[in-house]
Amino acid sequence: MTFIALFFYLFASLAIASAIMVIFARNPVHSVLYLILTFVNAAGLFVLIGAEFLAMILIVVYVGAVAVLFLFVVMMLDIDIAKMREGMLAYLPIGGAIGAILLAEMVLVFGTWAIAPDAMKMAMAPIPTAAGVTNTEAIGLLLYTRYIYFFQAAGMVLLVAMIGAIVLTLRHKPNVKRQNIADQVARNPSTSIEIKDVKPGQGL
Amino acid sequence: MEIGLGHYLTVAAILFTIGIFGIFLNRKNVIIILMSIELMLLAVNINLVAFSAYLQDLTGQIFALLVLTVAAGEAAIGLAILVTYFRNRDTIEVEDINMMKG
Repeated sequence: MTFIALFFYLFASLAIASAIMVIFARNPVHSVLYLILTFVNAAGLFVLIGAEFLAMILIVVYVGAVAVLFLFVVMMLDIDIAKMREGMLAYLPIGGAIGAILLAEMVLVFGTWAIAPDAMKMAMAPIPTAAGVTNTEAIGLLLYTRYIYFFQAAGMVLLVAMIGAIVLTLRHKPNVKRQNIADQVARNPSTSIEIKDVKPGQGL
Repeated sequence: MEIGLGHYLTVAAILFTIGIFGIFLNRKNVIIILMSIELMLLAVNINLVAFSAYLQDLTGQIFALLVLTVAAGEAAIGLAILVTYFRNRDTIEVEDINMMKG
């Protein structure tokens, strides 16, 4: 048990420390790298609590896709970092005050709150306790049966996000020649070849 | 020393507060604001998974999966808007974003 506690405190402290570095790092690239560290440590926490599938998904989706996307954008945009930093101290008091108020509220809620004794019996989908059913298998059995419509809706969300991102960032430059497939397909010998009758000794 | 639900909730609460703090602190840099939103969504996910494990109910993990999907879509759209805005204005300062007023 102390082993689990040791790893919990390792992952938790690293996640919080790197989350703090995300918002305080001077260079946005460093912020992205600290964000990756936060997500990896959160994945470690998920493994500790028994949600292996979500932990791996967190690494694949966040570290593999979202963080790399952030990295691309940070490196692609030519931002003046020094200019970004100025005025940061002016927002420190108000931000700190709101953060402290929020944390105090959450501490008050969590401190006085207790789970109802019969809450355990009201589980919608109890985690299978039979040996041999892994976390991934249990999630699959549930996700593809009872929550299939939510799964499809998630797919639609991703599709809309993909189309939206493409439409937003695609731009047509005026002087770039683009392929027009309809024109190419509609070509025939009469429109593409012109036959000249060249007289001998005269040329064109 | 047993690690219980409260420990995970505490970590999630601290991460959420850091996210809020980051939004207020980096008022000029939209990229850091988007990262702060990702941090807050991560805190929500930790809460969902912690409750799911504690109550032995798999629904929380399914919901965390959906939150993850929405977070990925939000990051993609947000960064696309950011790139478009940067092309038009050559800056990403939040305070300059007032083109759509009235």
